[in-house]
Order: sequence, then C-alpha cells, then structure tokens
Amino acid sequence: MKILPLIISAAITAGLVVALNTKLLLPAPLGKLLSPQHGIWQNAENSNANFSADFNFSQLKGTVDVYLDDRLVPHVFAENENDIYFVQGFLHAKFRLWQMELQTHAAAGRASEIVGNIALKHDREFRRLGMVYAAEASLKEMESDPVTKSSCDGYTAGVNAYIATLSESTLPLEYKLLGYKPENWTNLKTALFLKNMSENLAGGEDDFEMTNARSFFSKEDFAKLYPLSQDSLDPIIPKGTVFIQPSFTPQVPLDADSLYFENQSVAVTKEEKPDPDNGSNNWAVAGSKTKTGAPILCNDPHLGLNLPSLWFEMQLTTPNYNAYGATFPGAPGIIIGYNDSIAWGVTNGGRDVRDYYEIKFKDDTRKEYWYNNSWNRTEFRYEEILVKDSLPYYDTVAYSLFGPVMYDKSFSGGRAANSRYFSVRWKAHDNSNELKAFLMLDRAKNYDDYLDAVKNMKTPGQNFAFAAKSGDIAMRTQGEWPAKWKGQGDFIMPGTDSRYLWQGMIPFDETPFQYNPERGFVSSANQNPADSTYPYYLGRGYPLYRGVIINRKLAEMSNITGDDMMKLQTNNYNVFAEMAMPVFLKNMKESELSESEKKYFDLLKAWDFNNAPDSKGATVFAVLWDSFQASIYDDEFKAAPAVIMHPYESNLLEGILKDSVYQFVDNISTPATETLADAVTTALKLTAEKLVKIEKSKRLEWAKYKSTSVNHLTKLAVLSRLNLPIGGGTHCINAAKSNHGPSWRMIVSLTPKTEAYGVYPGGQSGNPGSSFYDNFVDKWAAGEYYPLWVMARGEEKDKRVKATISFNKL
Amino acid sequence: MKFIVSILLIALLSVAACLYLPWWSIAIVAFIVAASIPQKPVKSFFTGFISLFLLWGTLAWILSNNNNHLLAHKISVLILKMDSPVLLITATAVLGALVAGFGALAGSFVRKS
Repeated sequence: MKILPLIISAAITAGLVVALNTKLLLPAPLGKLLSPQHGIWQNAENSNANFSADFNFSQLKGTVDVYLDDRLVPHVFAENENDIYFVQGFLHAKFRLWQMELQTHAAAGRASEIVGNIALKHDREFRRLGMVYAAEASLKEMESDPVTKSSCDGYTAGVNAYIATLSESTLPLEYKLLGYKPENWTNLKTALFLKNMSENLAGGEDDFEMTNARSFFSKEDFAKLYPLSQDSLDPIIPKGTVFIQPSFTPQVPLDADSLYFENQSVAVTKEEKPDPDNGSNNWAVAGSKTKTGAPILCNDPHLGLNLPSLWFEMQLTTPNYNAYGATFPGAPGIIIGYNDSIAWGVTNGGRDVRDYYEIKFKDDTRKEYWYNNSWNRTEFRYEEILVKDSLPYYDTVAYSLFGPVMYDKSFSGGRAANSRYFSVRWKAHDNSNELKAFLMLDRAKNYDDYLDAVKNMKTPGQNFAFAAKSGDIAMRTQGEWPAKWKGQGDFIMPGTDSRYLWQGMIPFDETPFQYNPERGFVSSANQNPADSTYPYYLGRGYPLYRGVIINRKLAEMSNITGDDMMKLQTNNYNVFAEMAMPVFLKNMKESELSESEKKYFDLLKAWDFNNAPDSKGATVFAVLWDSFQASIYDDEFKAAPAVIMHPYESNLLEGILKDSVYQFVDNISTPATETLADAVTTALKLTAEKLVKIEKSKRLEWAKYKSTSVNHLTKLAVLSRLNLPIGGGTHCINAAKSNHGPSWRMIVSLTPKTEAYGVYPGGQSGNPGSSFYDNFVDKWAAGEYYPLWVMARGEEKDKRVKATISFNKL
Repeated sequence: MKFIVSILLIALLSVAACLYLPWWSIAIVAFIVAASIPQKPVKSFFTGFISLFLLWGTLAWILSNNNNHLLAHKISVLILKMDSPVLLITATAVLGALVAGFGALAGSFVRKS
C-alpha cells in the first residue's frame, strides 16, 4: 500500500465530493443536481409518460377511479365523500406539491426558511398581520363543522400519502434546486392557504396613505382629489334598486372629522400590498337573451399570473354530486365551476375590512394600553422566524382587543412612523368557514341551496354570480361586512376608546343582490356593489370601467351563444380611453407640435380604442395618460411625504370632464397659470420623447410594450413564459396587465347537457420538465378555449382518456 | 481485459448503488473496484473516468432525449448560462467521470499492481 498517494488521492476525491455536494465552494451542489439517478434528470418527464398506476391505502373506505385526459385533467369517481377529498389531496400533491408548500410557507411568514434573509421583512409583516393567528381561528371553526372537518382530514391524509411516496430522486425539481425537502401537510396549512386568499383579496387598504394625504392637503383639495363618489359608476346592483331599511345606523363619533388633521405619520418606503387589481369579471345571462334559451354563466378571476398556476382543473364525482371546475391546490373542493344543476363564479368584493387603530401604550414594554379610561393588558405572541443559512429571528407582537399591534417601534413596514403604535383590525381574524361555502356550492341544486352556501362566505367577501338549469340567475355582493359610517376606516382611527370600533356587521338580508332581474343579466367587475342610496358606507376606490363596458355590451346583446361569450371575455375595448380621448383631442395645441410629436398624435387619433396586441395607438394612449396624470399632479405632490395616496385615474378624468378649469391643472411651481391645453400639449411632448425610445427598441406595439408574462414562483426567467402576444389591460374586460390578469376563464351554458369552455395560462403539471407545465399558455394568450369535459361512467374507453389511476382500500 | 472489466463493473455497481445510496457512492464503488482489480494508477483513474463518463453521459442523454430536451434547455441556461442540452449532458458526464476517476485512483494505491 502506498500510503501517501492513497491519502492524497482519497483527499482529492473527498474534496470533489464535498464541492459537488454542498454550497461551500460552488453556488450549487452540482453533483447532486446532475446525478442522472438522483437529480434534475429524474424530472425530465418522458414525453410518452404513462400516468396509470394502482394504489392501496388504508385511509380509503372504497374504490376511487381517476381518469386522466389528454390535458392531464383528472376525472375522479368516488363511492363516498371522504375518499374523494383524500384522492384530491393526493392528486394536488402529485402535480403541484412544491407550489402548495411554498404558498403556505409564505402565508405563514415562513418564507425565510426556504429562501433566507431576503424574505425576513415579508415574514415579519405577515406574522404581524396575524396570518397564522387568523388561520388558527379559522381552523377551529373549520374543525368544529363535521363537513369541513372530514373534508380537510381526508385532504390532508391524501397529501401526506403522496409525500410518503417521495424519495430523493422523485422530489419535485424546485426542492432539488433550492435544497430542501417537503414537510407534512396539516389542516392548518389548508386554513393558511385560504387566509392567503383573504390577504390577496380582502387585505387591501390605504389607511396610512389616506391619512397622510388628509394632513397634507386642505379639506377642499382633499375632497377634490379623492372624491367619495364617481359619476361614471354603474354599480353591480343597478341604480334605482330599493334597499330595505337598515336594522341599525352606526353612530358617528363627534370628533371623526377634525381628528384627522392631527395625524402626521411620516414613513420612508412602501410596503408589501396585495395588487389592487386583484379582482375579476363575472356575469350570467338569462335564457331570454341566449340562443338556446338556457342561461350562460361566465367568470374570469384576475390574479397574479404564476407558474404553476393557482388553479388546477378537476372533475369530482360522488353519489351526491357531479362537479367540474377550477380547484385550489391547497384546499379541497371545487372553487369556481358547475355541477349537473347549477354554475357559479366569483369576483372580489373589495370592500375595506382592514382598519388601523392607534394604540397608546403605558410604556415601551407594551404590556398595557389605554382604553375606555383604564389601562388594559395586552397579550403577547412570540414569533420564531427560522432563516435559511442564518440564525432565527425572534419577534414579539402585542395583541390589543383590536388585533395585533402590527406596527411598532421595531417594525413599521415602511408606512408608519416608528415612534407610534398601530393595531390592525382585520375581518379575516374573525371566525369563518369560507371553505364550507365552496363545498356546499359544489353540491347545490338550486337558488335556495346557493343562498345557504354563500351565507358561509364571511371573508373575503365575494360577488357570487349564479345560474341554474331551471333558468334562474342571481348575484349577491356577499360577505360579512362591517356596518360602517361614512368615511369610517378610510383613515387611521384612535384606539383609546370604543367610539371608533366597528359597531356591528351588516345582516345577510341587507346584502345587495339581484334575482332574475328584468334586464336579463347580472354582472360584476369589482365596481361598487351599489350606489350611494345604500344605507351603509361602501368605501371608495373601486375600479369602474370594466363594469361599464360589460353592462353596456350585455344590454345590447341578444341570441347569445358560447362563442359570443368567449369574444366578450377576451374583449380588448378600452372604455376609459373612449371617455378620456375627447380631453386630448379638444385641447391639444397641434400648431405647437413637432413632426415627430404629430406622428404620435396621429396614431392616437386613428386609434379605435381597442387594446389589440399589435395596436400602436394603445401604447401612445397609455404613455400619454401616465404623462398627463403625472404632469397634473407632480407639482401638488412634490413636497408631500413619500407614503401618500395618489389620485385614481377615474378621479382625474371625472374632475376634468366635469370642470375644464380643474384646479390642479395649473402647475403651482411656475408663476404662470397653465391651462388644460398647456397640460395636454406638455404631456404629449413628454410622451413623444419616451415613445421614440420605445419605438427604437421595437416595443411600440401594445403587446410588446405591456409585456405580459406568467412567472414561475421563484421568478426565474427560464421557468417562466415572458412577453406573451396578448392585448387588453387595465380597464378592459380582458384585463391582462404585465403580470396579472385572467388566471382562469370559464364559460358555462346550462343547457340540459351542459356545454362549457375554459382555459388558464399554465398547465396541469407543476413540473417544469413536463410538457404539461405550460401547454395552455399559448391558447390562453390567443383568446382561445378548451371544451370542458364532464366525463360520465361508461366513457372509460373514450379516446380522451389517457391514463387510469386506481385507488383501492388496503 | 482488466481494464474493460473494471469499467463495466464500476458502471454496473454504480447503477446499483445509486438506487439506494447518494450519488457520491460512485466514488466508493470506483475505489472498491480499483482496489479489487489492481492496475497501474493512471489506468485505474481512467477506468473510473471512462466508466462514469459513459454511464452518466448515456443515462442523461436517454432521459433528456425522451423528454425532447425540454428540461435540459431550461436547466442549462440556469446552471451554465447557455442554452445547450448537449453541454449540460457533457457537464454531467464529466462531473461523474472526475469523481469516479479520483476514487479509482485512490483505490489503486491499496495494493501493488
């Protein structure tokens, strides 16, 4: 034996192994990643992969047959309810486990465990918002109801049964790339997933921004910049609807108005907020307006566009119901879909259910706070945040009767001054069992069942569209909404006494709704649920324009077919531009324009208001409006704090349409008084400068400028689909922005044999190595749909069936 | 003869080992085979190197080809900053080859050849 050479070469070998197995020397453990029997090569799915399999589980009570079709949609046939949720959990995990875990980790403020320090701020924010606290409360409620408890238990067991089958080589790709393993699923994670939807949909508010604006501007200017009502509004429940007498009227505190002047919050950076466009479109047309005489229901929820998609198509069939639709990997049931009798869809209610109360602590220990003339004890919640490759972070959050004291001296989220304390009162903290609403809808057979089901939807409140084969259509702006006085919750409120508390919830019977209206259709697009005759305060800041164009079109349509609905759902007409154009046309000082500027103005004039993918006019308008809005307001906001509310586009447009001597047109930084014509012309000149560069980089066409992308959850470009050739955008029915838009499109015609169509920008498989990862994206971008197949027993030999998975009891 | 047999043995035992053990068991396999079939050190190194170059290269190629190189396109950009499935497969082959080569080299010093 030659000792020295042996030791040296063994050391080299060991060194190589260590270098290739860890991140000590190389940025990634390349040996592990590239080993054909362990690493990424194992995720390179065979293009002829056969997903057929047989499983036996002791948790099952009977047999469950799953038929996978050519789009990898599972058609699940179970003999009893528990088994179906077990199999749903198993299949969700099989195709989307990594996404499920990442999303629930992020919801729980545990993202730092996976990605390290960069997520610490997010995690602190989400823990302080009380996400886990809320999920725990929700879970208690879900587990006290036998239906939701057994569905969650079954679902959790199914997910874990799948996880148990995993080995190092069969782990999903992202676990290998990021270097960790999945942990077991729990019912709490399902609750967290649902709370995450609440954060996305019911977590929006601008209380600090509005409060700063109120302190900065005069009372009159504030009212003009942020008006309470909008003229162009076409509310969900139409104007003229008579509302029943409110059962109580909230008491307005006497100092509600003057108080706001004293609030001088100053902060430095913006914090993480849900996308304000988290919304959707839905509508249902009655048989009187359709070609077949049967109602048609349509829904397209607008959310962040991610890969893997938030949605996963499935069919769930038990002896009690036969339903098809979009499901959430992370929760049991079908969320948006239809069964043999009815169809339903949701758009976000969008009302403000997250308010802040300023807390007066006795001292920096935060142990006691002043409320109703005495010192009250807080409770503390200790949050341990584990951080990958680093030491854990410990956060202590005080809880007052309002809720967690989210912003304090150690954490301001960038919005509140670090010297003050603010508790967040968020409706999502209250007991709720929203899962029950969906499980009941899955098996609902008629309008009464629908009412019973949606009663359970407290937060996030949603506008539920409904249509039945019986011919009924309906809309409810459903939720458990706090009954607020006018302006309540728009600003920070004092938390030293009970006068500013939410005084009660709006009763179920006082929810604005429509049932078989004369106009023959119901619709919602996140606009105000009702006009100002509704006795409770509905808040401000609702998007207006999609509702306007949807209602305009539905009113003039008749003999409607499924194709008509597809065209409507993918419609790119920009009604906001239609309303704004006269401002530019009437006021442009054409004689002052250069050749280049005239060229762009001509493009604008020739534009037909369609945000078509190849439209140049759409780009000109978008850049022009932004420049116009900036040039109007930049001077007024120059000295304003960084965290402040900015006026909505609708506010500016309506202000100008009402009054061409709109006060803010004048640039207060210059001695001269600018007119609207000056502002419009200046805006075009600035726009032209920008457009020259845009045109040079070949991005003048709308789709190229907008650059709609569907991003992998890690944001890695190679795993994403970038620069899709799709038009539309904010204010259009086809609301495809740069990273956000119609995440699911569904059209259901309730003829005796249901005819339905759907598509989402993604694919059923979450494996980037699978051909089913993003195979729907191109069709979605092109505005096309797949026919949705509700498989029947006996169709097992249909050529659409590509694989069979049998689940049997052990 | 010993050369060919070593190459085959390392490949077969590596496949078997990797069914139950982590990827670096290839180093141990190469070490044991080289120690059991003594050859000159340089020759031993190459039994390990060639064996895993061929094994990992072939396995990766088969898996990737069956996948129409869908994943290889993405991962090669991620790891090598270049869209080249061939490069990724080659890198795979080289990594395995180096580890097994040095493992075999070490094994060759256990007994005099």
